[in-house]
Amino acid sequence: MAALSTAPAGAPAEVPPVPPGAAARRRRLVPYWLLLPGILWLLVFFAAPMVYQASTSVQTGSLETGYQVTWHFATYWDAFREYDVFYLRSLIYAGIATVLCLAIGYPLAYTIAFKAGRWRNVLLVMVIAPFFTSFLIRTLAWKTILADDGYVVTVLDKLHILNVTASLGITADDRVLATPLAVVCGLTYNFLPFMILPLYSSLERIDPRLHEAAGDLYARPFTTFRKVTFPISLPGVVAGTLLTFIPASGDYINAELLGSPSEQMIGNVIQSKFLTVLDYPTAAALSFMLMAAILVIVSVYIRKAGTEELV
Amino acid sequence: MPVLNWVRRHLVVFAGVAALAYMTIPNVIVLIFSFNQPKGRFNYSWNHFSLDAWKNPCGVGDMCDSVSLSLQIAVLATLGATVLGTMVAFALGRYRFRGRGPVTGLIWLPMAMPEIVMGASLGTLFLNMRIQFGFLTILIAHIMFCLSFVVTAVKARVMSMDPRLEQAAQDLYATPWSTFWRITFPIAAPGIAAGALLSFAISIDDFIITQFNAGPATVTFPMFVWGAAQKGLPVQVNVIGTLMFVAAVLCVVVGQLLSRRRKAHS
Amino acid sequence: MTQQTAPLADEPAGARNPASAGGAVTLTGLGKEYGDFTAVHPLDLTIPEGSFFALLGASGCGKTTTLRMIAGLEDPSGGTVRIGDQDVTGLPPYKRPVNTVFQNYALFPHLDIYENVAFGLRRRGVKSVKGQVEEMLELVELGHLARRKPHQLSGGQQQRVAVARALINHPKVLLLDEPLGALDLKLRRQMQLELKRIQTEVGITFVHVTHDQEEAMTMADTIAVMNAGRIEQLGAPTDLYENPRTTFVANFLGQSNLIEAQVAGTSGDDLLLSVGDGRLAMPTARCVPSVRAGDKLLAGVRPEKISIVHADDAAEVPEGRNKITGRIVDASFIGVSTQYVVNSPWCPELAVFAQNVERDGRLVPGAEVVLHWSPAHTFGLDAAQDIEAGEVNA
Repeated sequence: MAALSTAPAGAPAEVPPVPPGAAARRRRLVPYWLLLPGILWLLVFFAAPMVYQASTSVQTGSLETGYQVTWHFATYWDAFREYDVFYLRSLIYAGIATVLCLAIGYPLAYTIAFKAGRWRNVLLVMVIAPFFTSFLIRTLAWKTILADDGYVVTVLDKLHILNVTASLGITADDRVLATPLAVVCGLTYNFLPFMILPLYSSLERIDPRLHEAAGDLYARPFTTFRKVTFPISLPGVVAGTLLTFIPASGDYINAELLGSPSEQMIGNVIQSKFLTVLDYPTAAALSFMLMAAILVIVSVYIRKAGTEELV
Repeated sequence: MPVLNWVRRHLVVFAGVAALAYMTIPNVIVLIFSFNQPKGRFNYSWNHFSLDAWKNPCGVGDMCDSVSLSLQIAVLATLGATVLGTMVAFALGRYRFRGRGPVTGLIWLPMAMPEIVMGASLGTLFLNMRIQFGFLTILIAHIMFCLSFVVTAVKARVMSMDPRLEQAAQDLYATPWSTFWRITFPIAAPGIAAGALLSFAISIDDFIITQFNAGPATVTFPMFVWGAAQKGLPVQVNVIGTLMFVAAVLCVVVGQLLSRRRKAHS
Repeated sequence: MTQQTAPLADEPAGARNPASAGGAVTLTGLGKEYGDFTAVHPLDLTIPEGSFFALLGASGCGKTTTLRMIAGLEDPSGGTVRIGDQDVTGLPPYKRPVNTVFQNYALFPHLDIYENVAFGLRRRGVKSVKGQVEEMLELVELGHLARRKPHQLSGGQQQRVAVARALINHPKVLLLDEPLGALDLKLRRQMQLELKRIQTEVGITFVHVTHDQEEAMTMADTIAVMNAGRIEQLGAPTDLYENPRTTFVANFLGQSNLIEAQVAGTSGDDLLLSVGDGRLAMPTARCVPSVRAGDKLLAGVRPEKISIVHADDAAEVPEGRNKITGRIVDASFIGVSTQYVVNSPWCPELAVFAQNVERDGRLVPGAEVVLHWSPAHTFGLDAAQDIEAGEVNA
């Protein structure tokens, strides 16, 4: 779209975006009327609560006496000191799950984009369709799959793989359930589609002739991937990793359903502070710190990845 | 050797198929265990085959009420988010105006925010405003987080639309009103439909934000499952899960067939 | 150069004839600015009713903006647009008696061919469109494809749908925005003739925007050459080609050799010019600026007017011809003719097109040659211009 106010010197407004007419002033107001309800909704129910939460986090009081803003920043310090392990664990679990999602999702996205032929649509449906069964039910199914006397655990035990994982500290007592492995496995499973879809949409746009051109210019298949395919799919990789990492780091369902108390993430703490203990200032401070941590990580990551075309 | 070569060439496909299996096995388990008659209160290990749950899917407590509540909220949230989101998408995709940057940022932020942060902060607001948690608060929250997804889906479609089509309509005596309804809207419709489907899927399956904004009497289906997972999981949950999966696949298949038929006809 | 009027503007056709459809287009002081950038300088122009009028220029010259202001798709910054005797300046596009064939056609992708063609009629509340639409589809030979969607048609077919969709409304003026730009060369030639035939048949005023000078010359009876938001020159194709008034027109319409020369004096009706130590002559009447002895001048001659002979045969060149000696640096054989590039000490890279009647085997790169042409084929341009303005692939 060529900007009307700053027409480029080349071919100004061969096709300008705005259809002209008579009532120019009224037309200028149209976008604002279109924006008004939606933006108002987001301001009132998204932005304002964020600000409100920030103020809650520095309040003191109790449910009975009510809360007052007392600029009690100690809540942050106390909460952080008490729960720093949970933050660290959340970020580590989410990070590992993101890397696993990329490792598992890339071959699948690549297969659908370049190798599937007329099966492409079927495979896409197979990626999206599991979504429609409530994710809680699907996560509970992992309890069956990873059950202590189930096939998976038996086989892993027979192959002595569980000994290896136990020595790495990610499983214990010949079990998979209630261990870090189960939680990370569940996180990976839950957010895999968020990785695959952006990857697919960036891979799908790549002209297959680029592969032929790279091959023609003496690149082996792996070099072609490393030097051509992967760099072009980078926006998809960035979008996918963000869409995986952000929700995974705030998740508490996998830790609750597949883990034990020693795998709890920061989400579990916020949830229990808010819904069970009813300690709203601490819950607010914790969730504010989580948001801040994610914003910092994401902005550093985007800068490193060198792409800003995420939306 | 030729076998080894073949395997090497198709390594990526094997990895892809394995990933697909990883994604679909839980659904298969859900299906299989809907025919289980478990020994205890939990449906985690196989006991013996039974059709009981399929014969009586609403046999457990308030489960079907929760399904109906989820459906109501999803339909209304989809409606609200689609209308509001489509308007925003048209403004962003069709017009040039001041404050575009902040608006784009505000649309993007909810998608870049962990659900728990949004859920907890909105819940805090309702709590302090002394607003009764219930149907309305859930609906408000769902419209809020579905909105951004609708905007993204519709905006992509609106942006890729040739502005000359609208100009051609005006050139052919269509007033702005009839230009919108006869040209702009039908062409943007697939994007709007995609946005609506997406928000329906997100809304009906949402748990985290809902948990922070629901009242004691408003138990959506995911919340029912969550509660059941603590005290005893009825087999009927698997029936509902399977039905949702089948319904979704049927929708996609029918949609595909219809569009193929339409193409073949014309 | 801003005040331009077509030579036919004072004829009694068009606006003042009540019996006519009133299809003359009159632009008065019409201009368009985007902030600091002037896309179209205020221009006055009358396009006579029933004419095939071409706006010709490179991309970004303001021709499309001018067309869109006539269609009502662009608000002018100043001036008026009149169609016949109606001032339409303030009217929205859907109230103007003009229709447009868009670049890339802008066919509605969700409607079939029939509905695309019927669109304008339906919007104006015409009750029974069937007969008219079928008739129109037959005219463009697409009756059998009525129920296809636009994307199922070839480029040429889509182009004809776009024309049919516009013409069915019997507009007073049909505007064509690069209508053939997306077609391949052969189809383009065919559609040029086809459009010309349709125009003759329906007698509607056609205003055609194009960057292709051959297309403009083939189809239009009047061409306005636009450059940087202004009309450089306006006239019939032969007139523009033979008598360009600026270097831009000389270079943009076909190809010209422009030679920097100095006026040495006059001889009867001819100007005498000196180029280095050579002499050229040209008719005083064909010199655009008025010049005196000692003034600088650009002497122009079209490549096909020049004859080329080998230096050994220099004696055979008749008296009274303009002569330049040089050396061939390039020769390309293109079938009907051979195109030579000749370097001469005072004028580098002269282009010469020689018909392949009897080819002289000595005329190869490196050969010394004599170029000669009739002084009557020389035109004179103001030397204060960019000599390379309008060159297509400089």
